[in-house]
Amino acid sequence: MMQFAIFAARKTPWDIIGENFTLLASALLAFAAVIVLLFLIAGRTNVKAQEWLKYLVFLVPALLLLLVGLIYPTIRTIILSFMDAKSENFVGFDNYVWAFTIPEIVVVLRNTAVWVFLVPFLSTAIGLSIAYMTDRMKRPTVIKSLIFMPMAISFVGAGVIWRFVYNFEPNENRADIGLLSAIVKFFGGTPPNWLLESPGNTYLLIAVMVWIQTGFAMVVLSAAMKNVPDEIVEAAMLDGATPIKRFFRVTIPMIRATLVVVLTTIIIGTLKVFDIVRTMTGGNFQTNVIANEMYSQAFRQMNYGTGSALAIILFVAIIPVIAYNVRQLRLERTER
Amino acid sequence: MSTLRSRFVAVGATAIAASLVLAGCAASDEETTAGSTTDTGDATVAGCEAYAAYAGNEGAEVEIYTTIIDPEASLFIESFAEFEECTGITINWNGTQEFEAQIAVRVEGGTAPDLAIFPQPGLLASFPDSLVPADAALTASVDANYSPDWKNYGTVDGTFFAAPLGANVKSFVWYSPKTFADNGWAIPTTWDELLALSDTIAAEGNVQPWCVGIESGGATGWAATDWMEDLMLRFQDGETYDAWVDGSLPFNDPKVAEVIAEAGKIIKNPDYVGNVQAIATTSFSAGGAGVVDGSCAMHRQASFLGGILVGDYGATIVTPEDTDVESGITTFYFPGVSADNKPALGGGEFVGRFTDSAAAAAVQLYLTTPEWNNAKAALGGWFSANKGLDTANVADPVNKVAVEILQNATLFRFDGSDVMPAAVGAGTFWTEMTAWVAEDKSDQAVLDAIYASWPY
Repeated sequence: MMQFAIFAARKTPWDIIGENFTLLASALLAFAAVIVLLFLIAGRTNVKAQEWLKYLVFLVPALLLLLVGLIYPTIRTIILSFMDAKSENFVGFDNYVWAFTIPEIVVVLRNTAVWVFLVPFLSTAIGLSIAYMTDRMKRPTVIKSLIFMPMAISFVGAGVIWRFVYNFEPNENRADIGLLSAIVKFFGGTPPNWLLESPGNTYLLIAVMVWIQTGFAMVVLSAAMKNVPDEIVEAAMLDGATPIKRFFRVTIPMIRATLVVVLTTIIIGTLKVFDIVRTMTGGNFQTNVIANEMYSQAFRQMNYGTGSALAIILFVAIIPVIAYNVRQLRLERTER
Repeated sequence: MSTLRSRFVAVGATAIAASLVLAGCAASDEETTAGSTTDTGDATVAGCEAYAAYAGNEGAEVEIYTTIIDPEASLFIESFAEFEECTGITINWNGTQEFEAQIAVRVEGGTAPDLAIFPQPGLLASFPDSLVPADAALTASVDANYSPDWKNYGTVDGTFFAAPLGANVKSFVWYSPKTFADNGWAIPTTWDELLALSDTIAAEGNVQPWCVGIESGGATGWAATDWMEDLMLRFQDGETYDAWVDGSLPFNDPKVAEVIAEAGKIIKNPDYVGNVQAIATTSFSAGGAGVVDGSCAMHRQASFLGGILVGDYGATIVTPEDTDVESGITTFYFPGVSADNKPALGGGEFVGRFTDSAAAAAVQLYLTTPEWNNAKAALGGWFSANKGLDTANVADPVNKVAVEILQNATLFRFDGSDVMPAAVGAGTFWTEMTAWVAEDKSDQAVLDAIYASWPY
């Protein structure tokens, strides 16, 4: 008996793989059964009912997912943000008052503002200039791939990579692996402790985000530029417009809608920035941002009230950007 | 002791062999194992005399619900083999990483496990109404085999519920025996000797006395809280430590200020640690690596650091006597203020019982005996605070030091930041200690800021 107890307690990898495959197979079977059932029902109903069934089949899953994944969490987070740490008693606006008065949080809000201003502006500007410069190039692929490549790296991965770049070795007896320090030393300088010294460290973190997002801006804007009709450009050239004038008077207005989409997308991404700060400084040394503090409050300090309040602040800050984005998309659609 | 141990090993080995045989041909009956292991049920069989106290539970099954999963779980199951064989009790090991979330669900749902291994006393304290208080035999065994501090951690509101199981220790200073021997440094036994040694090393100028690193991603600063806790136990007494942890002693009290000032004597002394600010950007493992490559002499960290240094930095764990091993590292006890002041900081698990069954009580009792603790420790990688644990059974040199620390400890306390409210223990305590080194924030400003964040 006891021998079997020992044996039963130990699963071999094959047992686990077997279990998982059985699970996978049964899930696929269930899915197939639902589809077959739908087809059967559809085949037995009249045309009008089929029309309704079509809406049902296509809309209900999406609506359900929206309800479970977006609407319910939003309402619940709003409610939690008015409750105490353990979500037991209502505390009114205390959490919001806290968010705007504690000095540490003011630093958080200030940093987020710096991020939201710099990252979209720099990424779009750099992406735009690279797109414009490579637009008439014969073989832009290599350059574009190199610029676009960081886009394929996760934020955490990028954070880890750049932490090596910014590495600072205090002990002179040990090898320094920091690239940036090496460059400074090559020119005879003394490297500072990059990630420690505020406010420089926030700009170093912003550089990582710009590094990632520039590729995205470049690819999208470059595609938009390809859509600028050659006739217009040639007409401008015949009228004697200089390249700079052509860029600002022809290209930019022609891709304005895309520019807005790129800018707003990056703004939204930047407002939510979390991974880079968390992996590189953990929010220490005055580099904290809202999303990181929200995570820390809610899931490490177990204060769901303040965590939810920060989430709602973030949510409210994003709404106007999204609204503007949606309006632009609509305008563009009506123009066409 | 050695005969007892060899018998354990022998019986354990045959039990495993038997299980393999049985697994191979399921049809075989108990004749296969006759002679080596035993029939359950019969009064006394060879090798089972020691288990007479647990008799009378043949056929019972006891579920142990725990966070401990493989590969550690297999060693636990192995250590129960002889007990199961002789008593006829089947122990079902149910390990899951969801333990902390699921235990409350199971207790409230009426499907509480027989025994639960609590990884921290705070969780244990949530179930005083559901747990079965310790019976006389268990209380007697724990009184005999563990220090009162350990019994206290298994006690909720004056009722003793849960018996200690495994332990871990944080009061270590890592060093290289070779570096120490080459330079003729002696292991310090008091805080003043430690500072004097640091001065000596700094004056010689070849090696940096200390490497300190508190960077740990989102958890940066926790390593500094361990310094505070260890020194709190040394410069204040146990009651003050408890009051500090539960918040009845204000965080900015002069007693705490005294402790942070002592910590600052090492951590914020550039002669000892080099660049003080860089402590905040040096990871706790990279700090320890300085001991391996000889660029610094000492590093205060818990026992788990050994595995990291072996795995990532090519260190070898040696005994303090191995003074000729390059990159060999080991530990000494982070000394108290005087030679007879030997507090220990650490942690441990506790076994609570939810069902009123004799078999479960027998298992709970058996886990507190020196016999089981020795058998389990002999399987490797594990130790407990059991006073009957023979260090000869603990193979790893660092664990051996840990057991000595636990058995000699005049005072034992759990890591305080784990027990403090999360807003402090996983929040401002970390961030303010980080600011203390990174921004050279003053002692008082740090303590005031933590005090202000305490959710009273």
